Amino acid sequence: MVLSPSARDVGTQATTPARGSDFVVLKAEGVKIHYWVERDRAAFCAVDGIDIEITEGEFVVIVGPSGCGKTTFLDAVGGLRKISSGRLELEGEPINGPGPDRAIVFQQASLFPWKTVHANVAYGLTIAGKHSKTEVKEIVEGNLNLVGLAGFGRSYPSELSGGMQQRANLARALSADPEMLLLDEPFGALDAQTRDTMQEELLRIWSVKKKTALFITHDIKEAIYLADRVVVMSARPGRIAEIIHIDLPRPRSLSIRRDPKFHEYEERITALLEKGRKK
Amino acid sequence: MVLVSDIPSRVPGQPTPFQRHRGWILGGVSIVVLLVLWQLCTAVWGLTKEMILPAPLTIARSIGTLLVSGEFWHDMAVSGQEFAIGFGLAIVVGLVLGLVMGWFATLQKVLDPFVNFLNSTPRIALAPLFIIWFGIGIWSKVAVIFFGAVFPIVITTMAGVMNLDPLLLRAARSFGASNMQMFRTVALPGAVPYILSGLRLGVAHALTGVVVGEFIAANAGVGLLMVRAAQFYDTPTVFAGVVIVASLGLLFTSLLGLAERRFQAWKPSKS
Repeated sequence: MVLSPSARDVGTQATTPARGSDFVVLKAEGVKIHYWVERDRAAFCAVDGIDIEITEGEFVVIVGPSGCGKTTFLDAVGGLRKISSGRLELEGEPINGPGPDRAIVFQQASLFPWKTVHANVAYGLTIAGKHSKTEVKEIVEGNLNLVGLAGFGRSYPSELSGGMQQRANLARALSADPEMLLLDEPFGALDAQTRDTMQEELLRIWSVKKKTALFITHDIKEAIYLADRVVVMSARPGRIAEIIHIDLPRPRSLSIRRDPKFHEYEERITALLEKGRKK
Repeated sequence: MVLVSDIPSRVPGQPTPFQRHRGWILGGVSIVVLLVLWQLCTAVWGLTKEMILPAPLTIARSIGTLLVSGEFWHDMAVSGQEFAIGFGLAIVVGLVLGLVMGWFATLQKVLDPFVNFLNSTPRIALAPLFIIWFGIGIWSKVAVIFFGAVFPIVITTMAGVMNLDPLLLRAARSFGASNMQMFRTVALPGAVPYILSGLRLGVAHALTGVVVGEFIAANAGVGLLMVRAAQFYDTPTVFAGVVIVASLGLLFTSLLGLAERRFQAWKPSKS
């Protein structure tokens, strides 16, 4: 017997869990990541057991000193690096390489210098090859508009300032329309004022797109300002020291950094990071 | 009434017309001065014999005579054919080999000893061997040109692929690009600057191959024309050959320069 399309639809609907703010997008259980260091002729444990659940629409920031394995963990979520043990699942499926359900916003200078801004932002869509030219154009222009780069589609990355390059980088990730946005210290190379603007912009865009976000930084203020939860990591081996809920109202403006509660979070995280260093 | 202009007539750093075209002006003047001195030393003051060092105007006259003779154009056609086939093959083989060697590490390790060995040999020394194998027609010269030009192209193209920015490869992979897609969208465009400088090196080797190959043995060609002229102590014609070959080299190099500018519109301008 052949199931009618409508009957099949009913079947899938029943098995798909209802999605809401408690739907787990990313689940990490005892994730360990090792890699080979040729200079030492030894395996190095970069990430030593990470457990975390990130739910739909949540903004999670991992903060930690350099060498704490935060970028390594993000790479694993992006599918660019294999985990050596534990479980790492996206919407219940083990992560097995890169996929269109995740998009990474890298640190500076990861735009293709020989492509125009428009072609860069279209890259994910071109690779997937699922959209017509007009659709691609529409999506790209929509996202350029959203990140404040309307009219810069024909420019080359080298003609943009650092902040604008990161706007394009963000638009490139958004155009792939992922379930989850992975941001690897995207504002680390920007000057302080541009970084402030970009943090504000990111929150504005995030509130429009409502994407689940995992953000890596070593800037404590940036972490608190952006996050629903801050994951504080300690180095060597890379472990979670503590996960802190940031109970600050949204939408947030930069003036929230003068809030006494903000200072409390800042002191707590600073203390945690210092403890991690002394160990 | 006082006339005050806000903008001074000259701002520090603003180039005068001379400064703006300094390269052309100074280069042109130095060539003219050299040619005039050369002419004075040879034809006017008679410091040397025409047979040893002919005057520029004599050389110019030889070039003129060559350009109107049918034999010269036949020589040009033969040399041009050798160059086109030899260099064309070198580009195709060099690009393909360089790209795959840069992309597939295993293949690179397997082929590298041969490429390195042949690249370090003075390949023009193989010309007598090619004449034994391919005769004194155009094919021995094609082989000399091919072998001269192919290795610089392979090596620079390979370097271009191997020196790709790992950040860009990571970005491409994060968007789920397949190996083939990464090759097409990152490796190929990223290697273009290297490829073009490989072609520049290749042109120089190919032109050397044409002339020297024909010096050793040939039926026709610009190189043969020069050897024959030298045998009859027709020094002005030898010089004419040198000037013609050098001009062709200059022409090809500037064509590649144009291609470089066309392909690198994305590079930040050096201002």
